[in-house]
Amino acid sequence: MLYFILRRVGLLIPTFLGVTIAAFSFIRLLPGDPVLLMAGERGLTPERHAELMERFGYDRPIWEQFLEYVYGVLQGDLGNSLITKKPVLEEFFTLFPATFELALCSMVFATIIGVTAGAIAAVKRSTWFDHTAMGTALVGYSMPIFWWGLLLIILFSGILGWTPVSGRISLFYFFPQVTGFMLIDSLLSGQKGAFASAVSHLILPTIVLGTIPLAVIARQTRSAMLEVLGEDYVRTAKAKGLSPRRVVGIHALRNALIPVITTIGLQVGVLLGGAILTETIFSWPGIGKWMVDSIFRRDYPSVQGGLLLIATIVMLVNLIVDLMYGLINPKIRHTGG
Amino acid sequence: MGSKKLLLSAVLASAMMIGSAQAKTLVHCSEGSPEGFDPALYTAGTTFDASSRQVYNKLAEFKIGTTSIGPGLAESWSVSDDGLEYTFNLRKGVKFHTTDYFTPTRDMNADDVIFSFKRQLDKDHAWNQYTAGTAWEYFDAMSMPALLKDIVKVDDNTVKFVLNRPEAPMIANLGMDFASIMSKEYADQLAASGNMEDLNQKPVGTGPFKFVNYQKDAVIRYKAHDDYWAGRTKIDDLIFAITPDSSVRHQRLLAGECHFNPYPNPADLQAIRDDSSLKLPEQEGLNVGYLAYNTQIAPFDNPKVRKALNKSINKQAILDAVFQGAGKAAKNPIPPTIWSYNDAIKDDSYDPAAAKKMLDDAGVKDLKMKIWAMPVQRPYNPNARRMAELIQADFKEVGVDVEIVSYEWGEYLKRSKELDRDGAVLLGWTGDNGDPDNFLAVLLGCDAVGGSNRAQWCNKEFEDLVQKAKIVSDPDERTKLYEQAQVVFKEQAPWATIAHSVVFKAMRNEVDGYKIDPFGGHVFYGVDIAN
Repeated sequence: MLYFILRRVGLLIPTFLGVTIAAFSFIRLLPGDPVLLMAGERGLTPERHAELMERFGYDRPIWEQFLEYVYGVLQGDLGNSLITKKPVLEEFFTLFPATFELALCSMVFATIIGVTAGAIAAVKRSTWFDHTAMGTALVGYSMPIFWWGLLLIILFSGILGWTPVSGRISLFYFFPQVTGFMLIDSLLSGQKGAFASAVSHLILPTIVLGTIPLAVIARQTRSAMLEVLGEDYVRTAKAKGLSPRRVVGIHALRNALIPVITTIGLQVGVLLGGAILTETIFSWPGIGKWMVDSIFRRDYPSVQGGLLLIATIVMLVNLIVDLMYGLINPKIRHTGG
Repeated sequence: MGSKKLLLSAVLASAMMIGSAQAKTLVHCSEGSPEGFDPALYTAGTTFDASSRQVYNKLAEFKIGTTSIGPGLAESWSVSDDGLEYTFNLRKGVKFHTTDYFTPTRDMNADDVIFSFKRQLDKDHAWNQYTAGTAWEYFDAMSMPALLKDIVKVDDNTVKFVLNRPEAPMIANLGMDFASIMSKEYADQLAASGNMEDLNQKPVGTGPFKFVNYQKDAVIRYKAHDDYWAGRTKIDDLIFAITPDSSVRHQRLLAGECHFNPYPNPADLQAIRDDSSLKLPEQEGLNVGYLAYNTQIAPFDNPKVRKALNKSINKQAILDAVFQGAGKAAKNPIPPTIWSYNDAIKDDSYDPAAAKKMLDDAGVKDLKMKIWAMPVQRPYNPNARRMAELIQADFKEVGVDVEIVSYEWGEYLKRSKELDRDGAVLLGWTGDNGDPDNFLAVLLGCDAVGGSNRAQWCNKEFEDLVQKAKIVSDPDERTKLYEQAQVVFKEQAPWATIAHSVVFKAMRNEVDGYKIDPFGGHVFYGVDIAN
């Protein structure tokens, strides 16, 4: 097992280097540069442009900029945002809890409902439940997040008035951000109604962000379950007289979950990406929106740092998934993955 | 309906928190996040809204809702006969904000004014590069480094600006956001504690609202400055709720989560008008949208060809389809709200038959050209792509084939400036300081060819008029010069002037006293919430 862990961790290093190179070069492949964008319609004289490029250090050879960047990264310095002038690391971790909180809630929502629906659909194959569940999943997967979010806002917040429109908490709660997680901070604040407000603000964004992963997980679970339900050992368990609940819940589902866990791990990447649209619609101050704004403004340090950090998180999550995989499936850990 | 009670209960909640019986809180649904809080570092309106327009003052201030400049932190000034010296008499007893992080020990004085400008002017100033990659964008764009020779303290309440050359729009320039007056005492405190970057994160000014807190990308909070020199604002708390999506801003306004939506969707305007709980004041924007020909490349170097093409554009159709009623046809390169607007000028009438004849007479046959369409929405053009399509159809009627091209915004701005640019470009401009020079010289002057003069047009007669108007200080004389310049512009037609957009602001009925700022800003001083 240890060898397995070490091998997986070791693979992180070349992956990390690859991501650094990609993050560094992609943003520079985009036309335009940060100086030009700051000037807007007014424009700059070539001399002024050159002067500002020199001040930011973007006139130096690319390999030199890259090495300086990597050197900084190894010391934990991801540079400063060209726009806000604040350290990129600080910007990222100020906003990351919001994305993490939303992604976690969405993942829990998508997993619980997705696995349940998928499992039941498999057991009740070809019934109305199966068709309805899978049809809904397909619709959910196909809907544009933006449109879906707006629809829910208009219905539940606008017409029915059941949920707030956007934001993380009602504007009239003002307390220190201790952890950055609104659910925790609102409890810590002790202000009456703050926690309830935080929860109510999470409802719609969680549904919207979780819809696509839910659909994928539901369909994946159903597929995996169908395969497992056809296996000999399941037939044996049934023949032995075990209750259907035990057969499905313990013997079938546990084995069906193996590919589903991989899917869940991959969905983390989707969640961080889908967060961009959900964050924009729900005015959710997370890293998705920040990344998009940074790209449009050609804020090189923020884009590089953001890509690097997000890639690191995704890699770590997938490492955990792989390790869990090894835990669940003894075959994998013995062959070294 | 439950959410509509939200605002009422929220107001009560805030009153409990603040401890006063009836605290008034105004919530502004801001369209974006500020880049920082030092307005001199930036050029975006969103950033100015969050900083200079609430927290700071300038020496001269535009009267809210107008383009006329008047006293601000300077209660009077005098200009030397040669136009090279501007002496400002500062208002006495102006208090800086007292906050959690700063308590002033003195009133605003000349040291603060000198600090605010010298940090931008002197490359050796300790604050010139106080954060990573500092650039004083607007200061440079308004040519201040070339213009300002020195800024001198005459006494504690008198400051003299010495110029290298006369500049008639100088006072208007000093009313711009980059000219906000900072607290030198606060700056010194930050420098001593090694926290200079806080000048951009935790502002201290003399303005009607003082900064309380910024939750990044979420909420900005301000409190009324009790000792504001022009009288305390009626609002106790001001909140910017950052809401990037315009449809969501509309929903928040309907639900009562915001009092104010600065940029309503044109598609929502009718719904807002029909809603009895909302109101929708409007005003002509200080902007112009245009199609600039490349006057250095044939056949667009021939004014008759440009005039002919202008006559083939159906502006009314563009106003209907693109602006959906929120625009007015433009005949001059400056909007009607700017002084010296020459209303006597007649626009090129829409006449495709006459246009075709003019093209034939000029020897233009089978002309193929490009029209550049912006990929982004701008205040002067909500849908450039659509506009280009309409113009393409219009030009087809007179035998001109158009290919529409577009680039990503940054690239668009860069490539459209090139002297050998192939095609006519759709672009526009919003005024910075209400002075005609800010449109005519910046967009059509010879110096700006290869830069903001997208028509690459340099006309001696026009240039002489505009340059003379820069140095003459008598407003009547300047008016005559600019009026004549507009006549020359119309004859030469380096652009097809398309439209001035009308600006709409959506707000709840209980918001009183809001005046639309012609410069596109959102100023909340003077606003009240009726009970």
